[in-house]
Amino acid sequence: MRKNLTQKTILIIAVLLVFVFGIIGLPSGLSGKALKASLLKRISLGLDLKGGTHLVLQVMVDEAVNAATDNDVSHIQSDLQQNGITGATVTKPDATHPETLAINGVPLDKAGDLRSLLESRYGSEYDLHSGASGSFTLTMKPSAEADLKSRTLQQAIDVIRTRVDSLGVSEPVIQEYNLGSNQILVELPGVDDPGRVRDVIQSTARLEIHEVMGGPWPDEQAALQALGGAVPYDSVLLHTAPGASAPGSGNDVYQIRKTAEVAGTDIRDAQSSRNPNTNEPEVVFYLTTAAGNHFADFTAANKGKSLCVVLDNKIQEVATIRDQIRDQGTISGGGITEQQAKDLSMLLRTGALPASIHYLQESTVGPSLGADSIRQGVTAAVMGMLAVMIFMLVYYRGAGINADLALFLNLVILLGFMGYTGSVLTLPGIAGVILTVGMGVDSNVLIFERIREELHAGKSPAAAVDQGFAHAWTTIIDTHVTTIVSAAILFLFGTGPVKGFAVTLTFGLLANLFTAVFVSRVIFDANLNRKQRGEAISI
Amino acid sequence: MELFHDVKIDWLGKKWYFLGFSLIFSVAGVLSLLFWHHLPLDVDFKGGTVVRVKFDEQPNTDLIRAAADRAGLKDARIVTYGTPANHEVIITLAQHDTSEAALDKGRATIVDTLTRNYSKQGANAAGKLDLDNAGRSSLAAFLEQHDPEGLDQKGADAAAQRYEQQAQAITSFRDAEHGGLLSSIDSLSGVADPAVVNELKQNAFLSGFSVRNVEIVGPQVGAQLRKQALLATLYSLAGMLVYLWFRFELIYGVAAVVAVFHDTLITVGAFSLTNQEISLTVIAAILTLIGYSMNDTIVVFDRIRENLRMTRRESLHDLVNRSINQTLSRTVLTSGLTFLTVLSLYLFGGEVLRGFSFALVVGILIGTYSSIAVAAPMLVAYQEWRGSKMSKSATLPAAKRARV
Repeated sequence: MRKNLTQKTILIIAVLLVFVFGIIGLPSGLSGKALKASLLKRISLGLDLKGGTHLVLQVMVDEAVNAATDNDVSHIQSDLQQNGITGATVTKPDATHPETLAINGVPLDKAGDLRSLLESRYGSEYDLHSGASGSFTLTMKPSAEADLKSRTLQQAIDVIRTRVDSLGVSEPVIQEYNLGSNQILVELPGVDDPGRVRDVIQSTARLEIHEVMGGPWPDEQAALQALGGAVPYDSVLLHTAPGASAPGSGNDVYQIRKTAEVAGTDIRDAQSSRNPNTNEPEVVFYLTTAAGNHFADFTAANKGKSLCVVLDNKIQEVATIRDQIRDQGTISGGGITEQQAKDLSMLLRTGALPASIHYLQESTVGPSLGADSIRQGVTAAVMGMLAVMIFMLVYYRGAGINADLALFLNLVILLGFMGYTGSVLTLPGIAGVILTVGMGVDSNVLIFERIREELHAGKSPAAAVDQGFAHAWTTIIDTHVTTIVSAAILFLFGTGPVKGFAVTLTFGLLANLFTAVFVSRVIFDANLNRKQRGEAISI
Repeated sequence: MELFHDVKIDWLGKKWYFLGFSLIFSVAGVLSLLFWHHLPLDVDFKGGTVVRVKFDEQPNTDLIRAAADRAGLKDARIVTYGTPANHEVIITLAQHDTSEAALDKGRATIVDTLTRNYSKQGANAAGKLDLDNAGRSSLAAFLEQHDPEGLDQKGADAAAQRYEQQAQAITSFRDAEHGGLLSSIDSLSGVADPAVVNELKQNAFLSGFSVRNVEIVGPQVGAQLRKQALLATLYSLAGMLVYLWFRFELIYGVAAVVAVFHDTLITVGAFSLTNQEISLTVIAAILTLIGYSMNDTIVVFDRIRENLRMTRRESLHDLVNRSINQTLSRTVLTSGLTFLTVLSLYLFGGEVLRGFSFALVVGILIGTYSSIAVAAPMLVAYQEWRGSKMSKSATLPAAKRARV
């Protein structure tokens, strides 16, 4: 018995040490300041305590589907041309269903050829249906569509992460937000001016270089007139950005080739600098090797023609090809400021967002509120704990010390656990700690009341303690399970701070099973051991 | 010390009083939900913009309202918040003023309006840094740009590091020790370099207010969260039913869940009656209550089951009464101790947790009452009803299998 007890005591002390280490690690000193610093290093505070911005963003994944099918429309068009199928048109008949393509007016004698062509080239991603009189419908397979959407979301998360990192925000959280579909959760600790972050996150920054086929014209009508009423299928009309460095009067319209010579993914690096001649801020970008080779071939073969740099569907710059260009280009003009040049080069480096992004929610906690919350939360915790401890001492006397020790150990384990798992302490999380104190001591009350009852029934102290623990055990399990079940549901459904509450409450109650039942029992046994047989216990 | 030793109260005999008490509170809550304050929802659920501002003196809400009107924020709701000594104001813009495309606009307009109309510097603040609202990073950037200590020659990194340090010292002095508002720029001389303080006196000003927090919620998120909160509550109740069914018998589970539903209804009703807003943390409190209210009920049920196994002669009415009385000290003490901690949270935990702790204060009181006054009588009522139908004496299923 005595040996057994020693082993258990050693176990308890070991647990205590392990979790104290979890809370403060190895502090650099024993002064209050050093302890506080090492405490803050182990237990990270939530946004609501240290201040910062929390954003929920919606990724418009349908745009990515739209872009993918647009691409395939032009591919099919060139396929038709290469195979000598004339008179057929490829369209997207329904704007609300960007995943559906229609081919109409295919000559009947070519329908069979086209069918096998479409099946071999697009069969893996599209379901093909042939209709009457030489028409076909291609619908993107649901699996391919879902795959594309989840890839788009992941890509958006990656791009936003790189951009936020480049802003120098420490410990940001960027992850899929499971509450809605295709949403992203962004948490930026210490950022209380979300304006610039917002601009940086939201810019699509799609940079492309296209061949210029005609223009400039003052507006679209003039352009259409010059082109004979319709824009050829392989080209589009685009406006210049305000202040773009291009010939013409400013807001002009150009006809450019639809497929880009250089796309956003072809950019290897970009830097902001100043133009050596004008000393204006500009952005220099460099292409990847493959894209550079393609671009060199293209520029060598097309000297004298014009190219344009397109950023987010606006023409930034139009220039004539004088010489072969390998892998470098610049964006300048438009009176961009140094900050804009810096941000743009960063955006180009990180790559384009695959789809645009809408803001759904933003919540910012200023640092002064966070500091107040910490103070109030800690005050409430200390007061609540003192009240409970004093009550237990007064009501149960000797056993009250037992309960208070168990309670203290319970808190140490809870905080240590949080330190080990890297859980975030939020203001509701502090509330969870306070509730753990209140609910944790319930287990002691259940046990002590049962022991008193057994003593009243005339049992010896040792038997009463034994019976008290045995009978209260099932009840304690039941009460813990119900509270933990609702905390788990809260964890699944909750967000941010509320999740922190669910975590602390659950950890706290689990630790309570150990402290209120095991530790408390050991203290009782040690007490009984010291006493004479049959001597009363203080409860 | 010992309370409630050997009590003999006929709880079941008072069931009509209990029924009356429960009915009054539930019906009052339901009536308020339907016809009076309805369900007051926080911005989390309702959508819209909330900006909480702290002023350095008693703010004049009429002035702020007039300024907001001039700035085009027509339906802005402006109310003082918390204790008057805190000088805090909450400015709320309804959903239709903050469309999803321009979520951020409302906040920007509010801050701009306050800077122009409220701060003492007023118009000549243009182009200067508002030291009451600047974050650490923007203050560091400001110092780096102005470089009052001429550190740029020593290298950009050294300068950035030094100014970052200064900004950290200034903001923590302001936020941790002065509640977010500085009395004067001169008061910084103890924490920042003289050159920095000088620079700030030249090119920064104190607006006299500080934005404490901002919540902007689009309609889509609000709807999503409402649905989630409702689902989470229902799942919790269902979880309790299943667990008690598994541990006891179906009828125990039903009785306990009815009691907890009664607690939830009265707690939500209390929010409606007092016109307090239900936020995400309040939902967290309600879910916790659903789990915690079960505890007292389980303690009583456990004892009923234990007594059922031991006695056969006693009437169910007496047995349940005896079980409640035997566990009374437990029920009151456990709830009382948790209530102590929750009360401390309500009194000292601050405004942010006010709704959360209010829900727990009300819920724990009601939850304890309902374990005795709703759950146990329901068990007996069910058995009496079943007994009268099957003309057998009233008994309860003791348990599926013996435990302990």
